[in-house]
Amino acid sequence: MDRYVSLVGPNRMVRPLELYRLRRRPPTEKTVDAGFRVLAVVLASVVAVLLLAILIVVFWGSLQSMGRYGWSFLVTSNWNPVKDEYGAFTAIYGTLVTSLLALLIAVPLGVGTAIFITENIIPLKIRSLIGLMVELLAAIPSVVLGLWAIFVMEPFIKPFLEFLHTTLGWLPLFSTNPMGPGIAPAVLILVVMILPIITAISRDSLNQVPLKLRQAAYGVGTTRWGAIFNVMLPAAISGIAGGVMLALGRAMGETMAVTMIIGNSNTFSWSLLAPGNTISAMLANQFGEADGSQVSSLMYAAFVLMILTLAVNVLAQWLVKRLSLKY
Amino acid sequence: MTSISTPSTEVSRDICLSIQNTTISYGSYEAVRNVYCDIPRGKVTAFIGPSGCGKSTVLRALNRMNDLIEGCTLKGRVLFDGADLYAPSVDPVEVRRRIGMVFQQPNPFPKSIYENIAFGARINGYTGDMDELVERSLRQAAVWEECKDKLNESGYSLSGGQQQRLCIARTIAIQPEVILMDEPCSALDPISTLKIEETMHELKKSFTIVIVTHNMQQAVRVSDMTAFFNAEAVDGGSGKVGYLVEFNETEMIFNSPSQQATQDYVSGRFG
Amino acid sequence: MTLSTTADLRNNVPDLSYKRGLWRNVFNRLMTSLAALFAAIATLPLVAVLAYVLIKGGGMLNLRLFTARSTGLEGGGIGNAIIGTVIVTLLSALIAIPVGVGGGIFLAEYSRGGAFARFIRFGTNVMAGVPSIIAGVFVYIVIVQTRIIFGNSHSAIAGGIALSILMLPTVIKTTDEGLKLVPDDLRRAALGVGASRFVTILRITLPSAFTPIATGVVLSIARAAGETAPLIFTALFSPFWPNGIDSVFEPIATLSVLIYNFATSPYPYQNELAWAASFVLVLFILIINLFARWLGRFAAG
Repeated sequence: MDRYVSLVGPNRMVRPLELYRLRRRPPTEKTVDAGFRVLAVVLASVVAVLLLAILIVVFWGSLQSMGRYGWSFLVTSNWNPVKDEYGAFTAIYGTLVTSLLALLIAVPLGVGTAIFITENIIPLKIRSLIGLMVELLAAIPSVVLGLWAIFVMEPFIKPFLEFLHTTLGWLPLFSTNPMGPGIAPAVLILVVMILPIITAISRDSLNQVPLKLRQAAYGVGTTRWGAIFNVMLPAAISGIAGGVMLALGRAMGETMAVTMIIGNSNTFSWSLLAPGNTISAMLANQFGEADGSQVSSLMYAAFVLMILTLAVNVLAQWLVKRLSLKY
Repeated sequence: MTSISTPSTEVSRDICLSIQNTTISYGSYEAVRNVYCDIPRGKVTAFIGPSGCGKSTVLRALNRMNDLIEGCTLKGRVLFDGADLYAPSVDPVEVRRRIGMVFQQPNPFPKSIYENIAFGARINGYTGDMDELVERSLRQAAVWEECKDKLNESGYSLSGGQQQRLCIARTIAIQPEVILMDEPCSALDPISTLKIEETMHELKKSFTIVIVTHNMQQAVRVSDMTAFFNAEAVDGGSGKVGYLVEFNETEMIFNSPSQQATQDYVSGRFG
Repeated sequence: MTLSTTADLRNNVPDLSYKRGLWRNVFNRLMTSLAALFAAIATLPLVAVLAYVLIKGGGMLNLRLFTARSTGLEGGGIGNAIIGTVIVTLLSALIAIPVGVGGGIFLAEYSRGGAFARFIRFGTNVMAGVPSIIAGVFVYIVIVQTRIIFGNSHSAIAGGIALSILMLPTVIKTTDEGLKLVPDDLRRAALGVGASRFVTILRITLPSAFTPIATGVVLSIARAAGETAPLIFTALFSPFWPNGIDSVFEPIATLSVLIYNFATSPYPYQNELAWAASFVLVLFILIINLFARWLGRFAAG
């Protein structure tokens, strides 16, 4: 009892211990505490278990096709459910070429926009509005963009594509007559889809560059763009590169809008104006109705897509760590 | 509130920077009001005063560094060798190439030590021997001994005090006419502070220096002239607005100030 | 280069004026215009998409649209798909939020940055990059094909599970980051008066981090509501009204799958229904988004 009687003198205070019923923790409380910890661990593990399960299921499903075609699956382009012959080159090429081209266009656009809304060129309110609009663009569902692409964008760009064909038709890339759906419109809709990611991440990375570095650049008499190119962009490069890689991963896995506009042709063509296919579009189109060895071949293609996106995402995380400048 | 210096539109030859009836606001909030101050050429001028008195704001106005702050506006005139720094035709970049700045926090570029010096010189169109300029600037900033064997390492491999001297070297390398220093020692230990003060004694032979400092002893040690700023509550407002109380030779400010507020501050009664 | 001791040798006022012709100034103007152009291009798609969805979809709006089911025939509507989207999204939220918040609590409160936590964080980031169609394929094989849920194949719950796989990483991340914003002093204060870890988390840390977590969760729900790829072979589609609690175990129509099916159909009326459904879906998602933003700002201010 004495141990809980505090102080001496006028502040002396006696605390009747019997009022503190829970001074000794009841066993239930300990159980709840320990149980909650276990629950948290289990719930955290779910994501890892799921990830592994997805990898295993997709890999397992593709084993049959892997055994049958091996590496040649990746480089042959005949996809013929009737004859039961499968090669995914058209889709793999389509996945890579659409996402890389989209990146090529979206990176300058996105980084340029990010610079524009982080520099004090125009009033803050307008810049915030532009930022908000780009972010809201990211919220528009892919399927709605696909609808828009079919009925608005594709008819709109068709004359330009025809012009490309008539003037540059001697290049294999523009050698076919544009006929509506195709790789080029798919690239453009992918640009729309990944632009918000690149813009948002670049903007955040630029905003995180400490003011003192910007001041240092202006202090030695650089111009605005001198500071941007020599100090701001190098300091923000790790975040921007990470964002670009994330966008690449997103572009490779993007399904709906691309499915709706790419034409879903399994015939290979170098031409960007011709219809093509991507792995995800092929899955969306065929997986629901496939059976037999087609399922396994689709799973093989899905496995390739998994590996591609995993590699890109891991690379993105590594880049962010690797490139971060110390300041 | 009064200020000693007489307002003049005629700028005499030994006045380098002339602040004339300058009021600086952040948005609708006035940071510092009606400042008159003639900063003499080839001398060290110190701005002292309690926190929030606007002394750093005035300093940043001298090379248009406030342009980087959203919503910062300036009324009145700031003349540099007779040229109005805030005339509409003025290019702030030209201003900053003539009036260099050392900041409160050491802020080397995330580049090598060598590049930290060479970068500013290069964009200012320096055509001479870069190696020589780097060495001379680092020597002048008294940091050559520490740097000479690691010129290719990052500026951030140096200690805080060394980084700040690197920043001074970077500023010297672009050969400005004026060097502004915004509490350059506030983030540093006493030994680094001492070294930077020694550097300043060297520098004042070549440059006009304006330094903001929290440290009154530092003002006494390094400056020829001292401006004492104070802040007072605004009528009806919640914030405080800064103003220049007194500007005179450092010795006068610390030994026989004409204003009671100055007396109180330098004798440590507030601030 | 000589160090001029003072500048008093100069007689003239320095020329500080902006020189338009100077290369650096020309370059600056050029780059600034280019950046402005890029920003204009970047905002163009949102304006164009919203305008068309408003005009083409808004023009279709009438009461019958909401009261009729998605037969796709003249006179058909999207009513059942609206309810279906709500049901599937709610199912996915019911799965993803407890699991994700629990995982986030582990990462922020218990893990202390050990190897297991690093692995989970890495896994969460990788999971966030898994293409949505893969989640659909996975759920199709594990749940739809095996008929593991009471013998049902395609069902709303299968769709909900597929969506929850996509929501999970976002919920974990926002919980983790939201809890990390809570100052450690607060935790120590609670632990210091003898609260258990469980009580500290439940009564002190989680409530303090409520707004950022809620913002992130709401945003992830908005994203899930628009997802299509995971649903096309899990929840499938249905022209019928959801039928009470049983509807959870039956194929169900959703707005997103309706848009996909009807957009690619040759019948103009179905195309028009796709626009109308887009209008409803986009409006729904934008409202949730703006609400989440307001929630975030409300907390910050």
